[in-house]
Amino acid sequence: MLLSSMSSVDIESLATDFYGLIQSFYHAPLYHIILEILLFFAVMWLLFFRKPRPIEKKLTEKEKQELIDEWQPEPLVPTVDPNHPALNVRILDGPVGKYITIDNEQSLNFASLNFLNFVGNERIQSKSIQAVQKYGVGSCGPRGFYGTIDIHLELEERLARFFGCEEGIIYSYGFSTIASIIPAYSKRNDVIFVDEGVHYAIQKGIEASRSNIKWFKHNDLDDLERLLIEQENLDKKNIKKARATRRFLIVEGLYMNYGDLCPLPRMVELKYKYKYRIFIDESVSFGTIGQTGRGITEYYNIDRQQIDLISSTLEYAAGSIGGFAVGSSFVVDHQRLSAQGYCFSASLPPLLAAAAIEALNIMEENSDLFETLMYKSEQLHNKLIAIKGYIIQGDYLSPLKHIRLPNEFNTTGRLESIVHFAQTKHITITVARYLQDEHVLPQPSIRLILNVDITEEEMDFLCAVLQEALVVTI
Amino acid sequence: MFGSKQMKPSILPAQHRCTVKETEDNCEFEEFEGTPLYAALLTYLSYGVLCIFGWLRDFLRQSYIEKKKGALDPNAKLNFVPLYQSYESFYTRNMYTRVRDIFNRPVGSVASSEFDLVERISDDYNWTYRYTGNTIRAINFGSYNYLGFAEKDGQCAMAAINSIKSNGTALCSTRSELGTQRYHNELETLLAEYLRVESCIAFGMGFATNALNIPAIASKGDLILSDKLNHVSLILGVRMSGAKSQTFAHNDMDDLEQKLHNAIVYGQPGHHRPWRKIFIIVEGIYSMEGSICRLPLLVQLKKKYKAYLYLDEAHSIGSMGKNGRGIVDYYNMDPNDIDILMGTFTKSFGSSGGYIAGKKDLIDHLRIHSHANYYASSMSAPVVYQILSSLHILMGRDGTKDGMRRIQQLADNTRYFRKKLVDMGFIVYGNKNSPIVPMMIYMPARVTRFNREMLARGIAVVTVGFPATKLVEARVRFCISASHTREMLDKALSAIDEVGDTISLRYSKRYEHRRLKDLK
Repeated sequence: MLLSSMSSVDIESLATDFYGLIQSFYHAPLYHIILEILLFFAVMWLLFFRKPRPIEKKLTEKEKQELIDEWQPEPLVPTVDPNHPALNVRILDGPVGKYITIDNEQSLNFASLNFLNFVGNERIQSKSIQAVQKYGVGSCGPRGFYGTIDIHLELEERLARFFGCEEGIIYSYGFSTIASIIPAYSKRNDVIFVDEGVHYAIQKGIEASRSNIKWFKHNDLDDLERLLIEQENLDKKNIKKARATRRFLIVEGLYMNYGDLCPLPRMVELKYKYKYRIFIDESVSFGTIGQTGRGITEYYNIDRQQIDLISSTLEYAAGSIGGFAVGSSFVVDHQRLSAQGYCFSASLPPLLAAAAIEALNIMEENSDLFETLMYKSEQLHNKLIAIKGYIIQGDYLSPLKHIRLPNEFNTTGRLESIVHFAQTKHITITVARYLQDEHVLPQPSIRLILNVDITEEEMDFLCAVLQEALVVTI
Repeated sequence: MFGSKQMKPSILPAQHRCTVKETEDNCEFEEFEGTPLYAALLTYLSYGVLCIFGWLRDFLRQSYIEKKKGALDPNAKLNFVPLYQSYESFYTRNMYTRVRDIFNRPVGSVASSEFDLVERISDDYNWTYRYTGNTIRAINFGSYNYLGFAEKDGQCAMAAINSIKSNGTALCSTRSELGTQRYHNELETLLAEYLRVESCIAFGMGFATNALNIPAIASKGDLILSDKLNHVSLILGVRMSGAKSQTFAHNDMDDLEQKLHNAIVYGQPGHHRPWRKIFIIVEGIYSMEGSICRLPLLVQLKKKYKAYLYLDEAHSIGSMGKNGRGIVDYYNMDPNDIDILMGTFTKSFGSSGGYIAGKKDLIDHLRIHSHANYYASSMSAPVVYQILSSLHILMGRDGTKDGMRRIQQLADNTRYFRKKLVDMGFIVYGNKNSPIVPMMIYMPARVTRFNREMLARGIAVVTVGFPATKLVEARVRFCISASHTREMLDKALSAIDEVGDTISLRYSKRYEHRRLKDLK
């Protein structure tokens, strides 16, 4: 078919009429035909299949200036309700221990999370004062740059020893502890299984980690297993990806928002079956649960080597400020370079570390404190459920309980009036406060905290006042 | 009109850059001399050599020729997914551990101008330490103690001690429930007066002040323009807020104006709806560069484009300005022009915590919506009383001129120290009045050697390298304090002179290289 030997004049004359056109098609070279076919397809694609790109209208300078002049931002903050409870809080005087002083009147304190009544403790105060006389108040630097005081190292060692773990690490703020720990280990492609009822700091930590979050219903092991099986099926489809995806389970020892314990033994069994790592946040259960206050692992008699990381706070039972985490050196040491709240923040003031060390000393010397606390919690629980008209949420052993009114009566307004009434009778309690963007916003409740030094008579008095409050407010 | 250059990408050595007017009298004068080419090349070469040795050591460890040091995963044999990827911890294993002794040095006394460092010795190249029980006395150029309030005796310490006796150390409750004591309100009122704003709110941790409050102010549908060198806490706060964020080149007002202009003209990406609010987030003093923000230009831009300005004065409050009121005072501007003023108490007040100040509406909104107010414990009494007493001193309310003396002493010390370093021929970054003095060293081995040699001469310094700074730009960062005496500064300068000569740290091409004795 290659008729390149034909002269150009001959080819032209062939194309002049239709018959000539067909003829020229037969006589044209192969490469020419292929090119024409490709050109044909290109034209077809351009006409019918390509999405028309919108032509960006170019703005003139004048139009741009008009847009800038017209644009009005929203006000910096929305209008504020002056009657919001956060703007009208109670102002206290003096130490906030078993008794507190509000407007020169003393009342019994059932609202601060001061479980072991270390606030106002003479020994702790004298040790803090000694620390100020040696170190001043602030530590003046982050841990990496001369902010590590020898007292921090002592506290870390003592905490690790208390829990029987290899290493401990302390943070300068309770909220930032778990919120910095989670993103240090769990990254974008990892999976976190977390209980729906965890407190806000854990929720923020999870959000910061950008991992895949799988919420399971509060304390519902069947729901957790369902999620684990789903994940296992996903893994089977893509084994290579599964080998690079870390899994974590995050639970609390004693839930702040519910007052109940987590079913840890079964979770540890599942850990070895489905291969995830467990992080427990024992903010509330440290110093309150267990024979010697060592938390939920002691309560269930679980070997702490099986738990990858235990994090907690020094702000509740230990009566100081800050947070800590304990575990194996392999796990804990990573935080020293990767946890943002540790590396980029000033370290804990030495006087607060000294207060925490002394609190640990007291805890180790008086291990009957914890038995007393658990016994009294049970006592209080029995007394509270005897009052008709309240729903009590919380484990009988837990020193933290949530009290609600039944059904549709349970509004924040009514609970506030109960709190107000109790204050007039010299009992201080508080409505639990939450931000609106909690993952599962708990129902309004009064959060009741038991202090280990509260006597039985005082508990009876509390119950009497609560009973009276029902009559007065409903 | 806004005449500074764009920053080049980080792989190239930095070019010389200087702010608007070159005269020394201008309070905005900052200089960042460019990285010398040979220094950049040698630095890359050093890291190359370190990497090669790192791979070699890893290979030896993998083939069991060398024993693996460091902790092992207790779950390793049980078929768990490894907790850390091997390449993530390459840097930690092979580079950081070799020089680990220059970081995290434990302190055994108050962190004032001179302190005791706890001596620790390693027998296995920094994998483990043992404490000998001795202390090393050193002059402190590492702690943030600008006004010298880190004291263990004196008015502030006494106030803290008395507050422990009357209020205990902790409150065990949040501000919104039962954690507000009278002294919290006192602190907030006094601080608002000091800063000359309407209202103020204080929190227990500076890092958390940013990370937990930016989400309460900005949200989805807002745009945040933040400086490239902003602190990690600001970046975290911006990320958690859900707003879109863009960075502009460090202190580059042209780039910022361009981005503001485009943001308003083109709106949100995709659907082009207008942004709800636009924020500009900058810091007063940048802690790694020593530079200060260009506040007059920022306020001008903010007013022109109707954006909101968030100023993080973590390092500049107390240390800049003739009354110690921060960058706003330094430039003689009106604090009401800045929408959100933020700062910390750790650096200049010798305590801990952070604050946000501004109009009453803003602060009330934060009281209702801040994460820290609802879920974090309130500040401890001694911490608050330390701030209260140091504020009283700074405002002259204690009846003495001690506050002004400290501020003046800091300014004098800063100028003296910087001038001497620059005259000797070292490359020093930052504003001439900033008490943070970064001096460039570039090479990792020199950084380590400098640190150890200075400690041997009794001066404790902070050296920083990758990843806190760019790979090539490792530096030593001196923090000047009002409690440093002239003798201490001279001792440090002669040590720097000596060590700088031994290790050849005089890189400057703009200034002559001179020995200290030739300067007098």
